[in-house]
Amino acid sequence: MTTLIPLVSAQAVAFWGLAPVMVIGALIMVFARKAVHSALGLAMLMICLAVQYAALDAPFLFVVQIIVYTGAILMLFLFVMMLVGVDASDSLVETIRGHRVLVLLAGLGLVMLLVAAVYQGLTTDPVGLTAATQDGNVPSIAQLIFTRYVFPFEATAALLITAALGAMVLAHGEKLTKKVRQKEAIGLRMKAYANTGAHPGALPNSGVYARNNAIGAPALLPDGSIAEASVSRPLATRGAIVEAGDLVAPAHRTFAEIEAVHNGDVEDQA
Amino acid sequence: MNLNYYIVLSAILFTLGVMGFLLRRNAIVAFMSIELMLNAANLAMVTFALAHGSLDGQIAAFFVMIVAAAEVVVGLAIIVTIFRTRRSASVDEANLLKF
Repeated sequence: MTTLIPLVSAQAVAFWGLAPVMVIGALIMVFARKAVHSALGLAMLMICLAVQYAALDAPFLFVVQIIVYTGAILMLFLFVMMLVGVDASDSLVETIRGHRVLVLLAGLGLVMLLVAAVYQGLTTDPVGLTAATQDGNVPSIAQLIFTRYVFPFEATAALLITAALGAMVLAHGEKLTKKVRQKEAIGLRMKAYANTGAHPGALPNSGVYARNNAIGAPALLPDGSIAEASVSRPLATRGAIVEAGDLVAPAHRTFAEIEAVHNGDVEDQA
Repeated sequence: MNLNYYIVLSAILFTLGVMGFLLRRNAIVAFMSIELMLNAANLAMVTFALAHGSLDGQIAAFFVMIVAAAEVVVGLAIIVTIFRTRRSASVDEANLLKF
């Protein structure tokens, strides 16, 4: 086959086009503040890596990389991030002094060492896989897995089952305290009433005003003060409470206007 | 094309994985860095498979993927368990076994 552009193969195009993208993906993964951005950088890298596998005559690994790594493992990461809290971003405080500088130095040293060790590691021309994969890539891999590598393959089956069981045992939540049922709950309420005089009945409703009856609106006591128990505590800590004065003010204003008109009528008649 | 470039790319990715593991304190991101290191090693093995004309490298990469899947499942379950009791996914918080 003659090439249109000499010395440029599809493999080279795939490599030089995607290798920078892969390095950028890895950099995003390492340096992004938010964990979700890290996961997306890693997904980008893994899809590019799958393409590199395809260019390196490994179509089976190309598919497995996309299905297992990008499809299953990374989605598992994203699910756990959802459980653990997306906003769990790293703090910028260094717990060990000089940590980052040292890490950068170590990384620089390691990459220089590795590149110096391997960049001329392959001196002979690549043999190519045409001789090893005469039946095609996937049948040849299957032949090897079920003959020479059959025992490691069986061991991976045991490993996967153990991992699934282990994950189930670990992720299954044990209750740390005994669950409070209705009977115990009413006992606790009566005890609180006996000890501190706390009202054992239901808590007061939230306030009902002419323009607002949301749960954030506090109820008013007969003397005009706010009933603290009428708004749930999480709302109060979040500051989602509607100011009672603002809610009452329009009603007071309207009353005052009516009163003024009424007084004027009385004066007119007099 | 010179296959050494693939090995160099693999070395760079591996180093970035090491740096991520050392740098980040979010346990999930540290874990992703380990995945990055495994992927870099896989790339090197697939490259060597092509260079030496033998499928053993590809099969090794396949086994690495299987082990990585098992490892991720157990590791993430551990992270979820730790988060449930300590309300944090930071590796600095889990210090009960610290000497």
